[in-house]
Amino acid sequence: MPAVQRVSGRAFLTGTGQNDYPLGFTNELISGHFMEATGAEIVVRCIAEEGVEFVFGYPGGAVLNIYDEIFKQNRFKHVLVRHEQAAVHAADAYARATGRVGVALVTSGPGVTNAVTGIATAYMDSIPIVVVTGQVPTPAIGMDAFQEVDTVGITRPCVKHNFLVKDVKDLAATMKKAFHIASTGRPGPVVVDVPKDITYHKTEFEYPASIEMRSYNPVVKGHSGQMKRAVQMLLEARRPMIYIGGGVVLGNAAAQLTELATLLGFPVTNTLMGLGGHPATDRQNLGMLGMHGTYEANMAMQHCDVLLAVGARFDDRVIGNPAHFAREQRRIIHVDIDPSSISKRVKVDVPIVGDVKSVLTDMLALLRQAKEKPDAAALNAWWTQIELWRAKNCLKYNRQSPIIKPQYVVEKLWDVTKGDAFVTSDVGQHQMWAAQYYKFDKPRRWINSGGLGTMGVGLPYAMGVQLAHPEAQVACITGESSIQMCIQELSTCKQYRIPIKIITLNNRYMGMVRQWQEFFYGSRYAESYMESLPDFVKLAESYGHIGMRIEKPEDVEAALREAFSPALKERLVFMDFQTDQTENVFPMVEGGKGLSEMILAEEL
Amino acid sequence: MNNNHHRHIISLLMENEAGALSRVAGLFSARAYNIESLTVAPTEDATLSRMTIVTVGSEDIIEQITKQLNKLIDVIKVMDLTEGRHIERELMLVKVKAVGAGREEMKRTADIFRGRIIDVTDSTYTIELTGTGSKLDAFLEAIDPAFIIETVRTGASGIGRGERSLKA
Repeated sequence: MPAVQRVSGRAFLTGTGQNDYPLGFTNELISGHFMEATGAEIVVRCIAEEGVEFVFGYPGGAVLNIYDEIFKQNRFKHVLVRHEQAAVHAADAYARATGRVGVALVTSGPGVTNAVTGIATAYMDSIPIVVVTGQVPTPAIGMDAFQEVDTVGITRPCVKHNFLVKDVKDLAATMKKAFHIASTGRPGPVVVDVPKDITYHKTEFEYPASIEMRSYNPVVKGHSGQMKRAVQMLLEARRPMIYIGGGVVLGNAAAQLTELATLLGFPVTNTLMGLGGHPATDRQNLGMLGMHGTYEANMAMQHCDVLLAVGARFDDRVIGNPAHFAREQRRIIHVDIDPSSISKRVKVDVPIVGDVKSVLTDMLALLRQAKEKPDAAALNAWWTQIELWRAKNCLKYNRQSPIIKPQYVVEKLWDVTKGDAFVTSDVGQHQMWAAQYYKFDKPRRWINSGGLGTMGVGLPYAMGVQLAHPEAQVACITGESSIQMCIQELSTCKQYRIPIKIITLNNRYMGMVRQWQEFFYGSRYAESYMESLPDFVKLAESYGHIGMRIEKPEDVEAALREAFSPALKERLVFMDFQTDQTENVFPMVEGGKGLSEMILAEEL
Repeated sequence: MNNNHHRHIISLLMENEAGALSRVAGLFSARAYNIESLTVAPTEDATLSRMTIVTVGSEDIIEQITKQLNKLIDVIKVMDLTEGRHIERELMLVKVKAVGAGREEMKRTADIFRGRIIDVTDSTYTIELTGTGSKLDAFLEAIDPAFIIETVRTGASGIGRGERSLKA
């Protein structure tokens, strides 16, 4: 079996072996019409009908019938992970990188509880995924059966919706609803819990082409009167600002947003989730805002007089203390697909509920028709002010250091990959440095856990991205602490020959914890030192990958060039960069402080 | 932001699905919203449930509550009854001691509140009362608390006046 598996892994990454899947015999599943199908067949056929490429999963008792049907088909590929959390993360990353629904399959009980972190991560970042979970047979539900857990109850607070299928006749429609709900409106994860007896019950199968739900009809078009008011307000602005979040990326509206910004000549800032929604190398882009945002972005956000917020939600890491933010008078236009995100933390003057792409397209048309133009003199004065803020050069760091600076590694990664890589990250200092120093010009290139802040996502995220884009350069920027949270996936990468490049910024600390302890806890580094680290080079090698340890700044670029060279294109490279243990992320807005009250590197 | 807290009666129509109630209850606990009372039952259309929630919050919180309720996939319609003219009713059953001179007094008080005595023993009455929550509160204040054996209240149900209605 392992030999066959390896061949299949290579085949589907190089894209040559669609049909040499091990034992993947074809049957009526492909084109025929079953009069009757088992629940397991229905699950598999629904997934295939949705055009799913990959299902990330892990088998177990309650899903064995489904796995048996997966064995018999070759319309989609199953990727066997080493822990259910990684299955959901990989499906989530696939969705982030492609815009299509990611799919994961796990067994009941511990399969579900392991998946919960992945589901909650996707929920916080509004990522469309469908997670099919096994459940004990219906007569056993509530009997404390082996591997039983109340899946619908345990996942309810971290899903967009969930279903427990109690009758095989409802299964196909439920699967259709799951994909529909996950991918429309404000996207999010949907769980379909399928008891084992449902997987062998039979019914006539027909996959519905579409589904109507009287209780679920997300708004698409923006309100025309509100959009007119918004355009008028933008044209009257003297110190305008455009603030964009993950909604611009998820709503595939980066092109419209960029067009709007260019037409108006207004400054743009992105949230952590919005990186790539407007090109970072564009002069109008002020970089990320928020707790670790740039000086110019945060100052402009605080002092603007008209703010256009698009697909963003004014969260605590973005605007800091809301009372401090509200001290400055400004009029706010807020475009979002989710009405509950509007006027939640900050009062808004012009709310526009709708799909961001549709709304921006309509606003562009209105702007083009408008006779007025923005006040050029006022805008010039505003840009002059912004350039003064930008001149602070808030992202400067010591380039003469004899120890590797983490920022330098990210900058060099940008050079080596020509700014065109897909970059995943874990959570902590390295995540912030990746966000600050890798200039994302395109959407869906930056894959990270923004809302939940889940350490351990980086490696499984990179797997999902690389499978979605086999020819792309995929880098996972991580730390020595985060990478250990899902390190078992090096084995999955071996099985499927997933040639990602892991950039570990190894400072032997949980860096962000250490930074907070230094600033706010009198440098008492309680349990943040990462002792007893493995030899990452040998660890990578033991999985059949390539390991590199880089200790000097002068070796950084050469090592990166080698890792991304054509010779190693097919290989996973694990790079262990020994970085400065004392480096901190700047600028920083302390929790509870105002957005313009930043600590800058030079002030320490 | 507006911080004056007021009592609101929120009425919602939702799919009569297993777990629908727990989605609403879970939303209130997860987001730390108050629930004073919650009642739910199927409507004349058995696929629909009608729920009445009494909650207290500032205008901003009530706005969030209605938005978050609307976001639940099973919820079809949400209406804040207190935004317009409406009728509110609650049913209460009170079991009281009814002995000696107090027995006649208890009957008189129940009559004043248009209560009905629906169960009688030689030492107790069980009184049925309907009305607004504040009327039921007033009755409980009017009788000697030492006489109360137990009280059961349904929580408020509400409906809009006149043409104002909540339909799927």
